[in-house]
Amino acid sequence: MVSERQLEAIKIDMDTIEVSNLNRQFLFRQSHVGQSKAKVARDAVLKFRPQMSITAHHANVKDPKFNVEFFKQFNVVLNGLDNLDARRHVNRLCLAADVPLVESGTTGFLGQVTVHVKGKTECYECQPKPAPKTYPVCTITSTPSKFVHCIVWAKDLLFAKLFGDKNQENDLNVRSSDASSSAHAEDVFVRRKDEDIDQYGRRIYDHVFGYNIEVASSNEETWKNRNRPKPIYSADVMPENLTEQNGNVAKNCVVDTSSVSAMASLGLKNPQDTWTLLESSRIFLEALKLFFAKREKEIGNLSFDKDDQLAVEFVTAAANIRAASFGISLHSLFEAKGIAGNIVHAVATTNAIIAGLIVIEAIKVLLKDTDKYRMTYCLEHITKKMLLMPVEPYEPNKSCYVCSETPLSLEINTSRSKLRDFVEKIVKAKLGINFPLIMHGSNLLYEVGDDLDEVEVANYAANLEKVLSQLPSPVTNGTMLTVEDLQQELTCNINIKHREEFDEEKEPDGMLLSGWTQAPPAKDDKQSMNDKQSIGNGGDSSNALQTEPADAVKDGEMEEISEPSGKKRKLSEGSKASILDATDGTRNHKEVEKLDDDDDDDDDVVMFDDLDSMTNKKKRLQ
Amino acid sequence: MDGEELTEQETALYDRQIRVWGADAQRRLSKSHILVCGMKGTVAEFCKNIVLAGVGSLTLMDDRVVTEEAWSANFLIPPDENVYGGKTIAEVCCDSLKDFNPMVRVSVEKGDLSSLDGEFYDKFDVVVVSCCSVTTKKLINEKCRKLSKRVAFYTVDCRDSCGEIFVDLQNHKYSKQKIEETIECQLQYPSFEEAISVPWRALPRKASKLYFALRGVFEEAEGRSPGEISIADLPAVLKLKKELCEANALNASHVTDSLLERLIIGTREFPPVCAVVGGILGQEVIKAISCKGEPLKNFFFFDVMDGKGVVEDVSNPKKESK
Repeated sequence: MVSERQLEAIKIDMDTIEVSNLNRQFLFRQSHVGQSKAKVARDAVLKFRPQMSITAHHANVKDPKFNVEFFKQFNVVLNGLDNLDARRHVNRLCLAADVPLVESGTTGFLGQVTVHVKGKTECYECQPKPAPKTYPVCTITSTPSKFVHCIVWAKDLLFAKLFGDKNQENDLNVRSSDASSSAHAEDVFVRRKDEDIDQYGRRIYDHVFGYNIEVASSNEETWKNRNRPKPIYSADVMPENLTEQNGNVAKNCVVDTSSVSAMASLGLKNPQDTWTLLESSRIFLEALKLFFAKREKEIGNLSFDKDDQLAVEFVTAAANIRAASFGISLHSLFEAKGIAGNIVHAVATTNAIIAGLIVIEAIKVLLKDTDKYRMTYCLEHITKKMLLMPVEPYEPNKSCYVCSETPLSLEINTSRSKLRDFVEKIVKAKLGINFPLIMHGSNLLYEVGDDLDEVEVANYAANLEKVLSQLPSPVTNGTMLTVEDLQQELTCNINIKHREEFDEEKEPDGMLLSGWTQAPPAKDDKQSMNDKQSIGNGGDSSNALQTEPADAVKDGEMEEISEPSGKKRKLSEGSKASILDATDGTRNHKEVEKLDDDDDDDDDVVMFDDLDSMTNKKKRLQ
Repeated sequence: MDGEELTEQETALYDRQIRVWGADAQRRLSKSHILVCGMKGTVAEFCKNIVLAGVGSLTLMDDRVVTEEAWSANFLIPPDENVYGGKTIAEVCCDSLKDFNPMVRVSVEKGDLSSLDGEFYDKFDVVVVSCCSVTTKKLINEKCRKLSKRVAFYTVDCRDSCGEIFVDLQNHKYSKQKIEETIECQLQYPSFEEAISVPWRALPRKASKLYFALRGVFEEAEGRSPGEISIADLPAVLKLKKELCEANALNASHVTDSLLERLIIGTREFPPVCAVVGGILGQEVIKAISCKGEPLKNFFFFDVMDGKGVVEDVSNPKKESK
C-alpha cells in the first residue's frame, strides 16, 4: 500500500544493538552490534521507503527536551518500551499534549495492543499495572525458600559487596568469628594486603556459606517451622588445592584463555547444564580469582550486568551454593541469567503480529475512526475460537488520579514518618513522579530543579529529614498535599490521614495509599484474568530486586471470557470483555510509514524505544 | 533428536527464543527444511520469521518478474530497479533473506512446483504455497501426503485486508504444557481436498464468513492467473455465491455482498495484515517442526474489519484421513 502523502516520523531510542536482539529486531545485523538502535533502524527503513522523513534520536524518552510541546507536534505516538516507568511517563505526556497513544507489549507468545485517547478511552494508567516484585529483606538475608531469593542474595548482596561500591550499604554480615584478628571488627570481605587469591576465595566462601549460615542457624525462633540450612565449608566440598584441580582440568580440555570466563577455564561448556555443588564451588572460586587477576581495576565499581559473562557465572555459582545450603534445587547458568537479568523472552513472530496490529490501530487513529479503535490481544491458546481477540476500549476510569484528577488518600504516621519517606516510597515509587513539586496549600515543601538557589536547596534538604508534623507547614491528619510533576504536567492531590500503627509484614513501609480504584470489571472472570495475566510491564530498572517476569506468564491460564453485562464502561455497544496486560519486547516499526490518510498533509508519527537499564537506580533491599 | 549441542554462536543469537521454546526445539528447527512457493508480502513476512528463528534451510520458488505491485507490499524487495532489475521475485527475496541470518541456507528453485516429483518434495519438512489455483493446491498437497515421511503442508493467501491460512499436518504428535505438566497429544488433519469438500451445512452456523467468501472467490479465479480477477467479475461471483449457498443450504446473507466485493477488488495485500498473518503462519510452522505446542487446526482467518483472528476446524468427523 503506497502512501501518497509525505510521512514524517521521529524515533527515540537510548539503547544500542546487542547480539541477543538479532533474533527478532530484523532491521539490525551482526555488523551493527554496538551502534545506536534509533539510527540503524532509521537507515534500514529508508532503504525500502526512501521518500520518508525519519529523524532518529539516540536519547532517553524521559529527557526533559521531549516535553509536552514536543509531543504536541504528533498525530499519534506508538510505544515500544520495555519498562513501566517510561510507559507511565509517555502516557502522562500524551495526556498533557492530547495526542493519542498506541501502547503495546509482548512476552513469548503473548502480546497486546491498546489505544489511549484522552477523554475518550482509559489512559494507560487507569488500570493499575502490577509493580515489579520485591522481596522482604529477611527472606533474602536469612530465610530464602526459592531459587530467585538466592539469586537476589548473590547479585545484590554478595556480588555488590565484593565488586561494587564499598560505600554502599549492604545487609551482608561482615564480621568474622575470628574476633582476635583486630581490635575493631574487620570487614572480612576486604582482601588483605598480599593475601593469596585462593586463600582469599576460600575465606569468603567459608564466611558466607559456612560461618554466616551457622550463625543464622543458631536462632531458634527462625527455624521453628522451617528446615535449618546446612553450613557448607570449602574444605568439605573441595578438599584438594584448587590450583591443582584447575591444572588437571586444563590438561584435559581445550581451554580458552583469551576470554575471561570461569566456565571456559574449567571446561564447563554448556550453559544449559545444571552444575553440581562441587562444580558451582569451583566456578565460584575461579570466577573470583579471574576478577582479581584480569579485571582488578573494575573492582569497586562493578554493578551486575547480565551480559557480563564472568559476573553471571559468579552469581549463578553463589546462588547455587546457597541454594544447596537451604535445600533449594540448583539451576543452570542459562536459567540463572534469565532470573538475575530479568530477561524477557521474545520471538520474532509475536512481535510481527503485534507490529501489524499497532499499524492497524495507528491508521484508525489517523483516520479518526473512533468507533473502530480496539484493544487486541494475541493469545497463546485458542479461546472462543480466537487467537487474536479484539475488545472495545473502556471509558476513562473516573477514579484514575492520572487522567481524572481524583484525589488519593494516604494513611501515615505523621509524627514518625519523614518527608523523605513520603517522597521515596509514595511520590517516586508508587506515583511514578520523579521530579516532584510538593505543596501544602501555597507552601512549597519540596521541589527539584536546576534553577534552585543554595538557600532553597538547603531548605528542601532539611525538610526531607523532618517528620511530617514538624514541617514548616505542618502536615497532620486532614491535610491535603498537592504533588506535581511539571514535565508530565500532572497534578495529584493526596489527603493525609494520620494512623499510629502499621503491620510490619503487610505494610512494611508504614504507609497505605488508597483511593485509586481499579476499573470495575463487567464480570468476575475479568478480575481473575487481570490478576492471572498481570505480566509485569517490563522491569522497573535492572538493579531493583525483581522476579523473573516470565513467572507470571507461566502461572496464568487463560480463562473463558464471557460476554459483558454492563455497557456503561464501553465506548459503544455490543463488545467483548476484559483487559490483559503483557510485557513488551522491542519490535519493528517498519510498517509505520505505509499510511493512508485523507485528512492531513503531513502524518507525523513518533516511535519510542527505550531500555531503562541505563538509569542506574541502586535500590535498597525491599 | 541427536545430542548435538547448539553452538556458542547459536546460543547467543537465539537466547531470547530458546527461553520460549527450549534448546531441543531450537535444535529441531536448525535441522528443518522449508519450501515456499509464491512470494507475496505475507509469504515474505513468513520467510523473515522462520529465517530469524533459525531453520536449517529455506527454498524459494517464484519465477515472476518484479513489478511495482510486488515491491509495494513485499519488504524484501527494495524499490530500486538497480537492485531488482532482471531478477525474479524469488531471487531478490533470496538475497535479502540471507542477510537476516547467515546461519540459514536460503536458495532459489526455478520451475513449476506442481510438475516436480516426490523425490523433490522429500527434501523438505514443510511446504508453503500461495498465489496459486485450487487445483494446484490440491495437487501439491497430495504429493506431500504420498511420501512416507510427514511433510507439513500450508496454504496462505491475503486479499484486501483479509487473510487465510490452511494447515495440513496429517497425523501430528506433539506435547503441550498444562500448568506444570507436559501432556502428549495427537491431532489428525484432513487433506486440503477433504477439507474444502466438507459440506457447508456440516459447519457451525457461526463459522467464519471469510471461509465461504474465499471459497467462492477462489473458485471464480480458477483457471485464471492470480490477480487477474477484478471488479468486472463481481456479478459472476455474486451469482456463484448464490448458487453455492443454495447448494449447501446456507443462508446467502451470511456472506455479505460487500465482503465479496472487498475481496474481489482488493487483490493487493495490506502490509500490516501481511505482518499479522505471516506471524501466525511462522508460529504454526515452528510448532509443527518442534512438536511443541498445540498447532491450529485447520483454517485461520483474519479480517481487519472486525479485528478477529479466528480458527475454524473444517473437517468431517466421520472421515478419518490417511
